[in-house]
Amino acid sequence: MGKKRTAIVATGQTHHRSSRLDVNGIEMINEAVDRCLEDGDLTIDDIDAIVIGNMDHFEGINYVDMWSIDGIGGFMKPVFKLTTGGTTGSTVGQAGYYLTASGMFDKVLAVGWEKNSESDTTAAITTAFDPIWDRLVFAGAIGGLAVEAMLYLDTYGATEEDAARVAVRDRKHACNNPYAQLRKEITVEDVMSSPMLSDPIKLLDVCPRTDGACAVVYATEEYAEKICPKPAWFHAGAVKHPYNLLGDTDLVNLPSMQLAAKEAYQKAGIKEPLKEIDVMELYLPYSYAGLSWIEAMDLCKPGGAPKLIADGKTDMDGELPINPSGGVIATNCIGATALLRMAEAAIQIMGKGGARQVPDVKTALATGFGGCFWSDVTVFRSTKP
Amino acid sequence: MTEINDIAFVGVGQTKIERNKLGDTFADMVYEATKKALEDAGMTMDDIDNVITTSNDFWDGRTISTMAVNDACGGGLAKNMSAVEGDGTFSSFYGMSRILSGTYDTTLVVSHVKGSESDNVYITNAIFDPIYMRPIGLDSLNSSALQMRRYMAKYGITEEQCAKVSVKNHKNALKNPYAQIAIDISVDDVLNSKIISDPLKLYDCSPVSDAAAAVIIAGGEKAKKAKKPVWVKGVSYTADAYFLGDRDLADASALDKAALEAYGMAGIEDPLKEIDVAEVYDAFSYMELMWYEGLAFCPPGGGGKLIDKGITEMDGELPVNPSGGLLSGHPVTPGGMIRLIEAILQVRGDAGEHQIDGVKTALAHGINGACGQSHCVWIVGR
Repeated sequence: MGKKRTAIVATGQTHHRSSRLDVNGIEMINEAVDRCLEDGDLTIDDIDAIVIGNMDHFEGINYVDMWSIDGIGGFMKPVFKLTTGGTTGSTVGQAGYYLTASGMFDKVLAVGWEKNSESDTTAAITTAFDPIWDRLVFAGAIGGLAVEAMLYLDTYGATEEDAARVAVRDRKHACNNPYAQLRKEITVEDVMSSPMLSDPIKLLDVCPRTDGACAVVYATEEYAEKICPKPAWFHAGAVKHPYNLLGDTDLVNLPSMQLAAKEAYQKAGIKEPLKEIDVMELYLPYSYAGLSWIEAMDLCKPGGAPKLIADGKTDMDGELPINPSGGVIATNCIGATALLRMAEAAIQIMGKGGARQVPDVKTALATGFGGCFWSDVTVFRSTKP
Repeated sequence: MTEINDIAFVGVGQTKIERNKLGDTFADMVYEATKKALEDAGMTMDDIDNVITTSNDFWDGRTISTMAVNDACGGGLAKNMSAVEGDGTFSSFYGMSRILSGTYDTTLVVSHVKGSESDNVYITNAIFDPIYMRPIGLDSLNSSALQMRRYMAKYGITEEQCAKVSVKNHKNALKNPYAQIAIDISVDDVLNSKIISDPLKLYDCSPVSDAAAAVIIAGGEKAKKAKKPVWVKGVSYTADAYFLGDRDLADASALDKAALEAYGMAGIEDPLKEIDVAEVYDAFSYMELMWYEGLAFCPPGGGGKLIDKGITEMDGELPVNPSGGLLSGHPVTPGGMIRLIEAILQVRGDAGEHQIDGVKTALAHGINGACGQSHCVWIVGR
């Protein structure tokens, strides 16, 4: 473990919406930051350094760390920006850990945000890919996911209804989360009859586009318990960002997630994730991920996820509740999304989840997904590492 | 436990800075810099615990621009990777923090840009507020022109004094094989060069450049066992206000603070005397004078006199930018990292023809944002 033990001690997020016309990006970021500081009974003077992340091409703001100074409270403070696409939130969230664990700073504010209403999201994501080989044929968010979904259906004989149940679960959970964007229950039939976007992915299988921001404060051991009675201690972080031309990417059982989960379990001493982890906040941008990727995370054998979901094992009252917040299918402010997973995991450990609280959470896991089928995994616990 | 004084730079690599590396992709450039840094350190990728890339999605014309170089820096599935967007001095700080956290012993930090594939005006216009400032047409050139005008007006700095920086750095570049524009020019040449954005003239401005750079940072035993370690003595970074109108552009308050903190860590009381060589972010000639002041080499407004007295010349008391600086080649994002590499080479005595004698302590400086909104200061030494 690190030189200093450190924990998330405060979280803040906006009430996420499809379009926040009432605020600009800086004001929206400031909402999350203010709520985060309030959560920890802190002022901006308590913060030693700030990291922020989003994806530039969405809002078209260059040097976001510099632009957002008034929103993040960065005036005359150390500030820099991190960007890794969909994993930006977990990248920023893990940076908060490293910067405090390093002993260079006692309290670090990590911020993720996106105002997707101001973006042409798919066009912007398309530019992530190689301009010669990938961009013209296979780029953007949904095309690659559709191939992965089709492969899953074909490999394991699963059905589209199996996937739909993941969306139904997350949307049901979202009703308990006052911050979620889509807070209306749906049925398997609703998913099945929703418009086809990219076969087999239908409208209700996928995340929405969201305006929202999230902020967390990490503090070192000297400060953590003074700020928060039950801090979420950082136990393990794993990051797997392979580079592939998309055609080279192995889309069965998401290798990056297999490796990231394995490394995180090993670091955190977890042998049986389904039993030992109390709650998971997973970056599942579409329903099929809720099948394929939890197999990659070893919650069940390959092909076993449809039964796990159908049996309600991952529901709020199940053995391992997944996405009590409603997850990404209910809210996807991309640069904030993976940080929201970490914040929600921390909230569960702090016991501040309200209607979405899972009882007695000691170990919580959060993931990030993005880039070219990249995976990040972070494990938090109520006990010190 | 690894403390900051146990951290060393153990390997550096840079490509030649060129106007247009037509034959090289981002990955080709980063591979070259990575390979050179590994060779310099006597290491292989097996010795590298984690990797940070440095790039900017606007300059690269790619969202998630780190994706273009994940394999070239030996990262990919094998290493924990992260990506800083901004100058390489800031990503180096993050790379160091990950070692200090106790998680890793070594970090490879890479940076790249291809100015040749970028459109400076549009890209730097996008730094500014989209409602109030972009429609005016602000970009890096005309905002810097405003800053130069304000700096000259407040402190009586002259265009000639700024021109002397250009003359000095372009001449220094003649001894640096990596420099893009190495020329022996006169103050009159600078003053008579084409006006780019009044009062900035062509030779007051850094060029458009392509390059990549890499540093390897190590802690504890890995640092002690390194072939040629250069030790971290101090480092700090600070951001100023965003809106140009919220700052007095003639003063670099964020640099004042960052420098003071870095000096405090390094135990430096009189920087002019105690620092042997400095590599600063001279995106424009006048900036170097302003940074002298922010770095407390002289009092506020004293930058002009410092260059007049020749103190920052190659043979002066405190040579600044013996490499030729950014005026001789300005790859954005590697820009500050190359300053750091040059400072490291000076401490090692490996700077070749532009080596300053007897360097024990060197300073490197990087900036982010318009008109030096954010500054990072590194002090490295033996």
